[in-house]
Amino acid sequence: MTDVAFKDQMNEAGELLTADGVPLKQKLAITTRRARMRALLLTAPLIIFLVVSFVIPIGQMLFRSVYNAAGSNVLPNFAVSIQDWDEQGLPTEQMFEDFVKDMQLARKNRITGKTVGNLATRVNYEIPGTRSLFTKSSRKLSKVTEGPYKEALIKIDKKWNDPGLWIALKRVTKDITPYFYLAALDYKYDEKGDIVAADELYQIYVSNFWKTLRLSATITFITILLAYPVSYLLSTLPLRTSNMLMILVLLPFWTSLLVRTTAWIAILQTEGMANDILVFIGIIGDDNRVQMIYNQTGTIIAMVHILLPFMILPLFSVMKTIPPSYMRAARSMGATPFTAFRRIYLPQTLPGLAAGTLLVFILAIGFYITPALVGGEDGLLISNLIAYHIQKSLNWSLGAALGTILLIIVLVLYWLYNKLVGIDKLSFG
Amino acid sequence: MSGNQNNGSADGSQNDAYVSFQRVQKSYDGEILVVKDLNLDIAQGEFITMLGPSGSGKTTCLMMLAGFEPATNGEIFIGGRSINHIPPHKRGIGMVFQNYALFPHMSIGENLAFPLEVRKMNKADAEKQVKRALDMVQMGDFINRRPAQLSGGQQQRIALSRALVFEPELVLMDEPLGALDKQLREHMQYEIKHIHENLGVTVVYVTHDQSEALTMSDRIAVFNDGVIQQLSSPDDLYERPQNAFVAQFIGENNKLSGTVTKINGDTCTVKLDDGGVLEADKVNVSAVGDRTLLSLRPERVEIDPTSDMDDILDAKIEELIYLGDHIRVRMNVAGNDEFIAKVRNRGEKRDLKKGQTIKVGWSSSDCKALDA
Repeated sequence: MTDVAFKDQMNEAGELLTADGVPLKQKLAITTRRARMRALLLTAPLIIFLVVSFVIPIGQMLFRSVYNAAGSNVLPNFAVSIQDWDEQGLPTEQMFEDFVKDMQLARKNRITGKTVGNLATRVNYEIPGTRSLFTKSSRKLSKVTEGPYKEALIKIDKKWNDPGLWIALKRVTKDITPYFYLAALDYKYDEKGDIVAADELYQIYVSNFWKTLRLSATITFITILLAYPVSYLLSTLPLRTSNMLMILVLLPFWTSLLVRTTAWIAILQTEGMANDILVFIGIIGDDNRVQMIYNQTGTIIAMVHILLPFMILPLFSVMKTIPPSYMRAARSMGATPFTAFRRIYLPQTLPGLAAGTLLVFILAIGFYITPALVGGEDGLLISNLIAYHIQKSLNWSLGAALGTILLIIVLVLYWLYNKLVGIDKLSFG
Repeated sequence: MSGNQNNGSADGSQNDAYVSFQRVQKSYDGEILVVKDLNLDIAQGEFITMLGPSGSGKTTCLMMLAGFEPATNGEIFIGGRSINHIPPHKRGIGMVFQNYALFPHMSIGENLAFPLEVRKMNKADAEKQVKRALDMVQMGDFINRRPAQLSGGQQQRIALSRALVFEPELVLMDEPLGALDKQLREHMQYEIKHIHENLGVTVVYVTHDQSEALTMSDRIAVFNDGVIQQLSSPDDLYERPQNAFVAQFIGENNKLSGTVTKINGDTCTVKLDDGGVLEADKVNVSAVGDRTLLSLRPERVEIDPTSDMDDILDAKIEELIYLGDHIRVRMNVAGNDEFIAKVRNRGEKRDLKKGQTIKVGWSSSDCKALDA
């Protein structure tokens, strides 16, 4: 009998050695290096793309939501000296002098982002109606050449005598500010610099966040109701038929989002197809046609249609893997069709259901174009408000703060989902 | 060929059969009959196997019995009651599936408790019964495991005990051992057989594996083309196949074709296509001049036969395969070069060589004259 037992070789450090005496780990690293390098190289384009197009913009957004340098850019000296003010009475003469000189300098300035107009806009966010004060004062200040600056300024406009304005200016000249988050959550600073609820008229964001979440939940729920039976049918039909139907499901993907949304306008408008049919059948009279679009109803209908495939696909892919024998086994054991579905089939489709729910819900809360086109005023979602601040009002910081809150909501949802279902159970198909 | 060899009650009368298929037909598309006029009676406590190639209609029959497929025509009775309009969950039939169909999101215990739970059995009784069913297959320690944590053989046992836990009188098994490796499959065959003997349940077992059917069954129904070709006990099926399909499907089989030249009672004389003349057992030929296929089991072929053998032919050895317990000799006999003989390995030196010409012979009763 020959002894074929293999003895592990070790060095002094207790590491396993190869037959050549090289540490096993080192040798393994060498032999797999090429494969690892190749893998890295293949993924590099995507990683670079993601960093440039995703990580950096999101970082920018997070930064911009708390950073706004309009104040300190226009009033660099004042921005430093005002910080020593104890917010009692009015600032010192030195601070007034800095302010006036900074303003005079800014008037001559034509550099983007450093004009009096930028400052006025920034202050106007916090104290609405102060814009004209700055532009008017800026003009008149050019004639003020010597002190006392405090009196000169108050002579131009009585409002400069208001300590609340100077408290606001002290806040505004700080680059890092929580103001935009406060605004996004319907809060503001009062004259004393305390945080209070915004005027009722301006409380639009929180309610819009709730509306967005509510509408998204409704849309998700409707897509589940519609997609579940369709997915079941698709998964049980023979391959040829199910492929045909699958194409019908995917057809919307091949059509522009804009086209699909405008198609809904054609169908749902008061003189549109749906109303025509209802009138024709006689369910409603010609003079009281139903308003189905430019409100929440329109948003829901169009978004359900657009998001439906995102629910069907994950459900389908999970259902396809469930052999019919499970249901049959349950039936043979005495379960009624409903019990068999509830106890055996439904639990097994949960990964797909959860993936579809997550996908549709998160897409829905960030949806922009469809609510913009068919939502009217009532059906606008938070993304439309964000777009308004980025494109129209140019209050990018507020837009960024709203966007960041939306991002946080999505992350919380992911976290919650992971707690409840487990992210590893997700099946997107 | 038709199902007329079986002892079913084609006249539609009720007898004491526990399960009875009467004139059952099944078509999925309205063009092709998958099951053609099936008549089959199964006695209480019997272990009956439906054996046949895939597409022969055996699984369809099982599905009709379980209630997952409606019979297109005819009626199925259990205990004298027509079950055509009883939904599957009210039939009280235990079923074992090929892929086990253990619910992956439930533990073994929950899987077994499921049929008791839907029957609203109280918790304590159910627990006892689950434990007993698990002990029956020696899986009592696995009650808290998940199906995915078990091996194929263990899953199979759980599936078996789950089908039995609610004490059904009839258990259907649809190729339950198909996914197991050979050794485990053989082991499970004995285990299923013993459970059947101990519990006395009626078992309808579907398989395409003939050795499985022979090992376990009281009776075997050989299916082909939607028709029961033969329904008999395992030894009858092997020893006395009724037609060429059964002879070929069950066990190994040497074929020689020829024409019947004379019929004398239970035997007949057959002239082979190459001119040889043989005596054969008359099974499925009716008249002189009929074409026939002679069927002969390899182990009944004698090499260097004694002169009192009924049939003796020349053979040229084509190939020798050593298989331990026996040697397989492939040779050319009467133009058929796939003719196999099994020579038992008794340790004595056999002087067989490839290319050698020898004589082979057999008793005429082992040579069956079947339909061509």
